[in-house]
Amino acid sequence: MEAKEDLLVVDRLKTQFFTYGGVVEALDEVSFEIEKGEIFGLVGESGCGKSVTATSILGLVSKPGRVISGRILLDGEDLLRKSEREMNSIRGSRIAMIFQDPTSSLNPLFRIGYQVAEPYIHHQRRAKRKALSDATGILAKTGLPDADEKARNYPHELSGGMRQRAMIAMSLTCEPDLLIADEPTTNLDVTIGRQILDLVKDLQREFGASVLWITHDMAVVAQMCDRVGVMYAGSIVEKTDVRTLFRNAKHPYTERLLRAIPSAATSSDRLEEIPGSVPRLIHPPTGCRFHPRCDYAAPVCSETKPLEREVDPGHWVACHRFSGPKDGT
Amino acid sequence: MRIPGAAMYSSRYRLLQKRLHPITKEWGLTFYVLRHSKLAVVGAFIAFAFVFIALFGGLIAPYDPIGAKIEDRFQPPSASHPLGTDTMGRDVMSRMLAGAQHSIKAGLIVLAIAVPLGVLLGGIAGLFGGWVDEVIMRITDMFLAFPSLVLAMAFSAALGPSLFNAMIALSIVWWPMYARLVRGQALAVRETSYVEAARSRGASRWHIMFKHILPNCLSPILVTLTLDMGWVITAAASLSFLGFGAQPPIPEWGRMVSDGRIYMLRAWWMSVFPGLGIMLVVLGFNLLGDGIRDSLDPKLRRLTEVTWKRKKTSSSSTD
Amino acid sequence: MKLGNYILRRAAMLVPVLLGVLVLIFVIAYVIPADPARAWAGQRAREEQVQALEERYHLNDPIHVQVYTYLKNVILHFDLGVSPTTGRPVRDDLKAFFPATFELALCAFVLAIALGIPLGVVSALRRNRPADHFSRIVALTGVSTPLFWLALILQFVFYFKLGWLPAMGRSTIDITRYTGFVLVDSVLNWNWTAFGDAAIHMILPAATLAFYSMGYLVRITRGSMLEVLEAEYVVTAKAKGLPRRVVIYRHALKNAIIPPLTVLGVEFGWLLGGTVLLETIFAWPGMGRYAAGSIVMVDLPAVVGYTLIVALVMLLSNLVVDILYSVIDPRIRVGGKGR
Repeated sequence: MEAKEDLLVVDRLKTQFFTYGGVVEALDEVSFEIEKGEIFGLVGESGCGKSVTATSILGLVSKPGRVISGRILLDGEDLLRKSEREMNSIRGSRIAMIFQDPTSSLNPLFRIGYQVAEPYIHHQRRAKRKALSDATGILAKTGLPDADEKARNYPHELSGGMRQRAMIAMSLTCEPDLLIADEPTTNLDVTIGRQILDLVKDLQREFGASVLWITHDMAVVAQMCDRVGVMYAGSIVEKTDVRTLFRNAKHPYTERLLRAIPSAATSSDRLEEIPGSVPRLIHPPTGCRFHPRCDYAAPVCSETKPLEREVDPGHWVACHRFSGPKDGT
Repeated sequence: MRIPGAAMYSSRYRLLQKRLHPITKEWGLTFYVLRHSKLAVVGAFIAFAFVFIALFGGLIAPYDPIGAKIEDRFQPPSASHPLGTDTMGRDVMSRMLAGAQHSIKAGLIVLAIAVPLGVLLGGIAGLFGGWVDEVIMRITDMFLAFPSLVLAMAFSAALGPSLFNAMIALSIVWWPMYARLVRGQALAVRETSYVEAARSRGASRWHIMFKHILPNCLSPILVTLTLDMGWVITAAASLSFLGFGAQPPIPEWGRMVSDGRIYMLRAWWMSVFPGLGIMLVVLGFNLLGDGIRDSLDPKLRRLTEVTWKRKKTSSSSTD
Repeated sequence: MKLGNYILRRAAMLVPVLLGVLVLIFVIAYVIPADPARAWAGQRAREEQVQALEERYHLNDPIHVQVYTYLKNVILHFDLGVSPTTGRPVRDDLKAFFPATFELALCAFVLAIALGIPLGVVSALRRNRPADHFSRIVALTGVSTPLFWLALILQFVFYFKLGWLPAMGRSTIDITRYTGFVLVDSVLNWNWTAFGDAAIHMILPAATLAFYSMGYLVRITRGSMLEVLEAEYVVTAKAKGLPRRVVIYRHALKNAIIPPLTVLGVEFGWLLGGTVLLETIFAWPGMGRYAAGSIVMVDLPAVVGYTLIVALVMLLSNLVVDILYSVIDPRIRVGGKGR
């Protein structure tokens, strides 16, 4: 294997929303990097900032929100310094996104084929007819049966799985370097969801794209990802390869997450759940944001935010238990 | 290694539950949001001022609103007659103060008849469905198929022109809108899981109607009602203007505009001020209605909820 | 095709509603009033005259016979009866007065759409900025101002005080009538002076009539545009890197236009009804003024005929809107009623 090169580097990204109620600190210094050709998973409960990370990368944080500081490097170029026009030429061609709900993410008033063809028309300046026939080609590639006919259909005439295939086709039109998938299987049946997972993995290999895979489902993480970042309340608390995550998780939150997975092996009737609830991010807990729910919370946890530390090569943890010189686990 | 789906659904589920929960359960929050919208406060102020004038306007009027005083006729606005006098020397301001009650009476009576009628018919249509729904909605279509004002005029003419008959006429044409609104809500609510659950427990139709459908209709009805108040006042004034409503010497505002019409050049204040009054009142109800609608908007509420909850807990802890 | 079927089905549904409307108007008009024949004959008429009128208009027949006769005449001969006050067939009267009213309502309708929808879109795009505040104030004033009062004020200012615009009537120049629509006829006559004259007479009544609808359209368009701009498919369009104008004017606007479009049918009917108020004030020789006069005289055949025409136009405009709607939104065509 050759030396891995980073495609995307997110460096201390801070995004906030300025609402009536106060400032929502949605992302608090989030850092991670995605290598070329790898699938990087971002896991966490809803509301922890996974999707905001995605929209921040695309430069599409919605109105009361703003990226405050940090850097987002795509092949070494800082996306936050790009003009709106430059970003527009990157979105959809170099970075593409698959959304959670294909039903509401497709425009109900336009034919599938046209919606898939749009990136061709606007990024590659292809003639409309050529773009439409190319769109049919890529729709067929995603395993859509009768792609020719389906391209002439409207979104409401397709099933959920077919719509998600269309979304995937749309994101792959310009062969992006980075594909962001925001829980693309959540709203689908389990079997269809599995098909979509396989499809993305196949296409990712074929196109050689990197993928940022956002999910709350540990099973999907195990199946799809090479490396994983665990997010809690706007920060990444643990970051490692997927094997280590399931075998040797360090952060108390990750431990808890893994214990909340039901499995045939555990005989208890009740699922274990994480006590307490996800904090609201207006006035988040001081220090480590997990400390109110943490079993190991010490006085220092409520005072200072723990820094990320490399406990093993490639295994980063942000927790005071691992920030000392040497701390037994 | 096989790891079946994780279980982080509890918070998601709770969120869903909260969204389905009838918004009206948290009136305190609604009122809080409402108070913090400046325009809504202005609207509420105008509406309350109007109600106050309607109740006590006759008492605070400085002059006799009915009796003629020919020697004072056509006086322009001045210190003694702030809004001038009319053809018979009556003080325009006093007439407006005394006449406010007719507008508000029109609004209240019309809505008091039209809303329950519409809610009942719409609720029945939505709840029972089938041919009942079909019949009620076709009748509603027929009433909606011709302009309310024309129909009200025809009713009013047939019944004989008077303010009361105008109100009856307006209520007859006003209910279909509420029937549609409630039916739409009823259809939407009927499909929700909590109504399914209630039905599977064997709850009766009327139970579902009063416990589930009506509470859910409450907030859209409240918004429509407030906005409609302005509408009905205008419609009643329009009927009076055309001569189908209040008859002289009743100082109804629309009638006053009509009376002053031929004297526009000689005494513009006779028509201008009563019309301005109608406009102001309608504006007030519109602002208030917009404010109520915004305060019931889930998007805005979610953002406000946080501060409100915090304030509530902190104030209760200091007590 | 699917669309053709949809239109046919919608048109077929018109027939029962229209029949219902007819019966409804008839019942209202003929059941409630105490003594129409007395009103027609006048207070000092002798009893025989009143009785003769009752005889002639079959007022003593049972109501279902009256309805039946009327329906038969309307459907078979399009005969709306004879007006007891003008002595002419109601059909001829309405034919003479309809163009003026329709022309006025149509001008106001176009004005309201041409101003209301763009203002609403701009308002949403420039949310909370001066342009938004301006159009919201205009919209709020529009929906709050009583029509009849606004008419008087505009007449007062633009005719009496400034002398810029005529306040009464429809035109001052006689031309050959082909269609009854003055604006059209003056063009057909190749008489541009007459066209200008007619246009200038149109300004005040049309502007007054359009004001409310315009405000209403601004409010609806603004609301729906704001909602659509936050829709997920708009985010998708942005994530595809489409230019802003494509995102807004293609993806967002096409969706945002649906709610204002659906109210247009009702709005047109409302404008038609609003002419009853305005035509009296502006001395506009249309059927609104005719209707107002007929209502005062309890001229039942005229009132029933007028209401029928208005209802018909309203139903037709609703049909047109439904068709437009289904052309824009493919979801409407399937399944008929929608769920």
